[in-house]
Amino acid sequence: MEPSSNHFKLFGLEIGFDIDEQLLAQRYRELQRTAHPDRYVSATDRERRLAVQRAAEINDAFQILREPLSRARYLLELNGVGWDAERNTATDPAFLMEQMELRETLHEARAAREPLPSIDRLLADISERVGGAMAELRELFAAEAPDFERIKVNIDKQQFLRRLQRQAEELEEELLGAA
Amino acid sequence: MALLHISEPGQSTAPHQHRLAVGIDLGTTNSLVATVRSGMAETLDDAHGTAVLPSVVRYLEDGTVLVGEQAKAAATEDPLNTISSVKRFMGRGIADICKGCSRLPYHFADTDSNVPRIATVGGAVSPIEVSAEILKVLRDRAEAALGGELAGVVITVPAYFDDAQRQATKDAARLAGLHVFRLLNEPTAAAVAYGLDRGSEGIHVVYDLGGGTFDISILRLNKGVFEVISTAGNSALGGDDFDALIAEWIAEQAGICDEADHGQMRRLVREACRAKEALTAAEQVPIKIECKAGKNWEGVLTREQFNRLVDPLIQKTLAPCRRALRDAGLSVEEIEDVVMVGGSTRVPRVREQVAAFFDCEPLVDIDPDKVVAIGAAIQADVLAGNKPDDEMLLLDVIPLSLGLETMGGLVEKVVPRNTTIPVARAQEFTTFKDGQSAMVIHVLQGERELVSDCRSLARFELRGIPPMVAGAARVRVTFQVDADGLLSVSAREEATGVESSVQVKPSYGLSDVEIERMLTDSIEHAEDDVAARLLREQQVEADRVLEAVGAALAQDGQLLDEAERAPIDEAVDALRAARAGSDPRVIKRAIERVEDASADFVARRMDASIKQALAGHSVEDFN
Repeated sequence: MEPSSNHFKLFGLEIGFDIDEQLLAQRYRELQRTAHPDRYVSATDRERRLAVQRAAEINDAFQILREPLSRARYLLELNGVGWDAERNTATDPAFLMEQMELRETLHEARAAREPLPSIDRLLADISERVGGAMAELRELFAAEAPDFERIKVNIDKQQFLRRLQRQAEELEEELLGAA
Repeated sequence: MALLHISEPGQSTAPHQHRLAVGIDLGTTNSLVATVRSGMAETLDDAHGTAVLPSVVRYLEDGTVLVGEQAKAAATEDPLNTISSVKRFMGRGIADICKGCSRLPYHFADTDSNVPRIATVGGAVSPIEVSAEILKVLRDRAEAALGGELAGVVITVPAYFDDAQRQATKDAARLAGLHVFRLLNEPTAAAVAYGLDRGSEGIHVVYDLGGGTFDISILRLNKGVFEVISTAGNSALGGDDFDALIAEWIAEQAGICDEADHGQMRRLVREACRAKEALTAAEQVPIKIECKAGKNWEGVLTREQFNRLVDPLIQKTLAPCRRALRDAGLSVEEIEDVVMVGGSTRVPRVREQVAAFFDCEPLVDIDPDKVVAIGAAIQADVLAGNKPDDEMLLLDVIPLSLGLETMGGLVEKVVPRNTTIPVARAQEFTTFKDGQSAMVIHVLQGERELVSDCRSLARFELRGIPPMVAGAARVRVTFQVDADGLLSVSAREEATGVESSVQVKPSYGLSDVEIERMLTDSIEHAEDDVAARLLREQQVEADRVLEAVGAALAQDGQLLDEAERAPIDEAVDALRAARAGSDPRVIKRAIERVEDASADFVARRMDASIKQALAGHSVEDFN
């Protein structure tokens, strides 16, 4: 028996991309105070195992809803839109160009005489792009009949940007460590 | 005239029976036990008024085991039978232990077990048994001070401890006859001690440099909930390394590097430790050692020289600090304060460097040696149910990623590090060859991509997969990590339902058979009656179950109709009858019957309480 049929309902939230993140966090804590195995240290073994399961479900649901991209993917799933991580993402030529340019910038930054300022600029650029894409994603979900294909492309794009951001940060750390 | 008690409005008229619970800091160098008495958390002293128990165990030929100061005093004269810093060996294989140091401090016995055994005149002992000896002393101390049997304990472990190290710690507790409420991360415990004392909220860093381990944790405190956002550290770095460096420096200065034997090295390390402690207050300290019979060496260690020696070690602690910040997505400016834990944070140079790195004055008001035990005691008190209105909840994270071996010796991560626990995650895998009928599930922990760079936790086989073409089978592997950070793994072929599961017994852990044998051994050793001990264990368990089910029925009995309730009542009556008898197996079966009969009720209750938790919210929230 599942306590709730979907993650939004578990936290008493309306299904949608725009959620009150503070409310989500607050309800998450309230639920964990009830279900966490720490509340069952003197209970029977079975009860403790069940508490571990429930607490794990609540944690999982919270992780999925808290992070906007995983929340978006979960909304696709709820709408019956398949998400195939392996599918070919090279459908948008403009995005393809953007990817190549950004990768090139990172590559150049590594070789630059003063790599750190270049990386900083790249990171600022990425975070601006992420901001723009996030605003677009919010709009896409707000539409009366959301265009799920465009939503998928947007998620792909943001995932790429996140990856690149991580690579840039790692490079920065590597350079700082070597200094 | 005796006054009658009148309870406060809203409180139960039947006062909850106070359960005896303690927090134990099982440290590399020192261990402590603490409890909450009359609302105050305090460490418990031994008969001589000392709280700190050196984590040193000495084995004598006649089977006597000495623990603490007495053992520590013999470390130089009897180095091979006196075991210190055993925490470093917990959950480790012999190869790991060799890797860490150029010279092994003990003789290791040949053994067919995965767990290394240290050869002593009192017999070969595993690190788990050595730890259990320390825990037993603390248990006896607590039971004497509190005047009764302990209902349960909270034992602290470094946040960075992997599954094998946690399991080893829990096994040691079991050998010591302790019921573990929870394994708690040391930094979380420190935050509990500070957080509750000061009522602060925000982002906190706990910098814990103990005798043998370094941990950094970033926590968010909000309305009684402590969330660990990220952790990092080094499980083989601590004050002992400071001592070793100074000892080496002394040996170099005195020109006795090559000739120093075990006993001599111990003396040097002791002198080094004394010098380090003196340098907390003094600018320089004189050093005098005996090299050979009658020949002495005298010198001076200045704080400046000391700082030069230890700076590289302190720097080594700052890299994990950077990583933890990055994992948490935080910058230094967002840190409210830094809590200092562990005796090594008394070193002025450490405080300076930490203050410089985090750009704030670190907190040192609670004794850094006691703060972890005090936090554990507060948590133990809450878990024992002694503070029913307390809303404190500690949410920890898994310190290292968990994954599985895939083709080509690569690791596929299933649960990434810093995921909040408890957690359950599943991943599907498939067969590589046509007609493949079995699959080896190799569980690993670590951040690297290659199997050889990660820690092997367990290996088991899923057999009986019906012959299919390669890639057709769908094997779903589920990882579950409980609140203690302990993992269990199950695998299931989806088409046929063939299943296999393991409570992960780490590659360097004790098997159940070994633990049973150690339990029996220790009972024989104490000339106790095995049967009586087994009976007592089942009786304690029966009492726990009877109390738990009784309380659940009293509280939520209305969830059941008569027909549903009857079998539970029946099973409970049967357990009461069995409890009065003297056959432990009968009691065990009766306990299982109660658990079976109440399974549905238990699930219904939990779901009802989850709904209840949200019931305060308006109706339009639920669409």
